[in-house]
Amino acid sequence: MLIFTFRRLLISVPTLLFIALVIFLLLDLSPGDPMAQVPLTVPPEVKEKMRLALGLGEPGYIRFAKWLIQFFWIEPLNTVDHIFGTGFAEGKLRVISWQTRSPVMDIIYQRLPQTLWVVGLSYVVGVLIALPIGIYSAYRQYSVFDQAGTFVSMVGYSVPPFFSGVLLIVIFSVKLGWLPSIYDTTHVVNDWASFKVQLKQMIMPVMVLALQTTAQISRFMRASMLDNLNQDYVRTARAKGMSESVVVMVHVLRNSMIPVVTVIAMGVPGIFGGAIITEQVFKVNGIGQLLITSIQANDLPMVQTLTFIFAVLIVVFNLIADILYGVLDPRIRYD
Amino acid sequence: MPDGVLPVLDVRDLTTVFHTRSGDLHAVNSVSFDLHAGELLGVVGESGSGKSVTMMALIGLLPSPPAVVRSGQVLFGGHDLLTVDKDTLRAIRGKRIGFVFQDPMTSLNPVFTVGFQIMEPLRKHMGLNKSAAWTRAAELLHLVGIPDATQRLKDYPHQFSGGMRQRVMIAMALACDPEVLIADEPTTALDVTIQAQILELIKALREKSGMAIIWITHDLGVIAGIADRVIVMYGGQVVEQAPVAELFANPRHPYTRALLKTVPSVHGQRAARLKVIEGQPPILRSAPDACVFLPRCAHGFGRCAAENPQRRAVGVGHDLACHWDGETEDG
Ligand SMILES: Nc1ncnc2c1ncn2[C@@H]1O[C@H](COP(=O)(O)OP(=O)(O)OP(=O)(O)O)[C@@H](O)[C@H]1O
Ligand SMILES: [Mg+2]
Repeated sequence: MLIFTFRRLLISVPTLLFIALVIFLLLDLSPGDPMAQVPLTVPPEVKEKMRLALGLGEPGYIRFAKWLIQFFWIEPLNTVDHIFGTGFAEGKLRVISWQTRSPVMDIIYQRLPQTLWVVGLSYVVGVLIALPIGIYSAYRQYSVFDQAGTFVSMVGYSVPPFFSGVLLIVIFSVKLGWLPSIYDTTHVVNDWASFKVQLKQMIMPVMVLALQTTAQISRFMRASMLDNLNQDYVRTARAKGMSESVVVMVHVLRNSMIPVVTVIAMGVPGIFGGAIITEQVFKVNGIGQLLITSIQANDLPMVQTLTFIFAVLIVVFNLIADILYGVLDPRIRYD
Repeated sequence: MPDGVLPVLDVRDLTTVFHTRSGDLHAVNSVSFDLHAGELLGVVGESGSGKSVTMMALIGLLPSPPAVVRSGQVLFGGHDLLTVDKDTLRAIRGKRIGFVFQDPMTSLNPVFTVGFQIMEPLRKHMGLNKSAAWTRAAELLHLVGIPDATQRLKDYPHQFSGGMRQRVMIAMALACDPEVLIADEPTTALDVTIQAQILELIKALREKSGMAIIWITHDLGVIAGIADRVIVMYGGQVVEQAPVAELFANPRHPYTRALLKTVPSVHGQRAARLKVIEGQPPILRSAPDACVFLPRCAHGFGRCAAENPQRRAVGVGHDLACHWDGETEDG
């Protein structure tokens, strides 16, 4: 298993380099001018100098190589410096945002907690709701509960978050006035009252994202359970006199979880993508919103870095899914 | 042994229907038989005759839907297994009635070790702690002839061959010293030596603990060797029942006769004497109102189409469901 993991990590290096190159080329070829937001009164020759200062005068491959070195070497060094107070990266040039002129990674580190809180929590909530629903729907297939579950997940599947989000805002913020419509990032939790405020502002974005997760995972869980409930080994377990709870929650569940766990792992990067829209709707200034504003401002280093981080997440979670599969299913041996 | 001794298992009039998308399927039709302590009852009949479904129905293991047990009684230990409460039934399954399923490849849970699966009934029914159950499980595995038993307990089913899995199933069914063992083609995947070993084991257990056994098989040779009594099933019905010697010496039902003729003879000229029963086993869309074997029967006459024959006694412990008297060539 260790060898397998190591080999997979090694293989993912060229994959990621290739992805980085594609992102870079796409951004380089896309129309748009980083100087577009500079006031018109600035003379063209000054603009040209600014352009050169951003490194835009150099040929593409140099810029790509620079980004690679900065991202893969200098940024990790910086993180090490940050944690251990060392000075490895001192004076080295980092990936700088064109828009804010501060290092890209610093901004990302600032925005990450908001995203993790809202998106991460909603994923956890969504999965925790989905699993029991999926299990019970399968065990009582075609019952009223199962039908209701089918309906709700259809809704979750088909209603996009920018619709359900706005709908919730209209109902709970505008009409009822129960919940705030804007997520306040500066809010500090230090006592019960402020915790309640935090809870209130998180409910809607978390629910919107959780609805999607719940819909998908509960369907998947149900299908996986149904597959296994009809297997011969379930009959064997019953023939041994095992109680229904042991039959379902031990014998069937253990088998059903194998594909579900991998789907959950592979869904993690996807949820970051989904957050882009939800963060926009609820004004959560997380990673998703950062990406949108950077695209609008033509902040290529930021877009490049963020997109690449998404790509890394996808590769990493795919690997995690594969490893989990091997851990959970004794029939699969990688080495 | 019909003399006064109460049978351990008494199945009366068991009827089971599958409600499938393509219509009803009457898989078990008024099946009755009994089983006495220490007895080995052989069940034969061609594929699809309802042997497995009958056995699963009597202990409530058919999936419902699609299966519905329409009528009948299954008397065991003072209970009717068809109406008894779930907890009592669970206390009987695996403890007092052991079940070996037909398909060893899929009947074990792939994600748990063989040891865990054998230990489950031991811990639940016998109240053994982990280490005692482990020791007993190793013993059982050794008993069914798996070498290196203690070591193999840690292995998963996919690490065993088909025949070994079948033996694991047998070990599991025997774990709690059941009073009744229902074995559905338990030796099909085993080679002759192992099969003989298993048969010896079963015989020994029968002698020692008075275990009663229902042995479903296609192998009439095995039946001749170990059964006390045989029931022949066709179209979800028992068409003939007789003590084993009587059945082989004096088969009465045309189906039984045909079945016995399909056995390769020991005295040479095998291929020549092998006879195929023409036609297909029936798929019953409604409860039978004519003889189910009629379409394939060489002796059928008017009455067979008008009335499904009831079982009638024709000798000591010998009965059959057939209108034909066995003498006239066509009635
Ligand atoms: N789950 C089910 N749903 C619908 N029909 C079924 C189901 N299980 C069994 N049957 C039908 O019941 C009939 C009897 O099947 P059964 O498995 O008892 O045959 P069998 O005598 O055990 O045959 P074999 O020797 O091949 O094991 C068959 O026609 C089969 O198609
Ligand atoms: Mg069968």
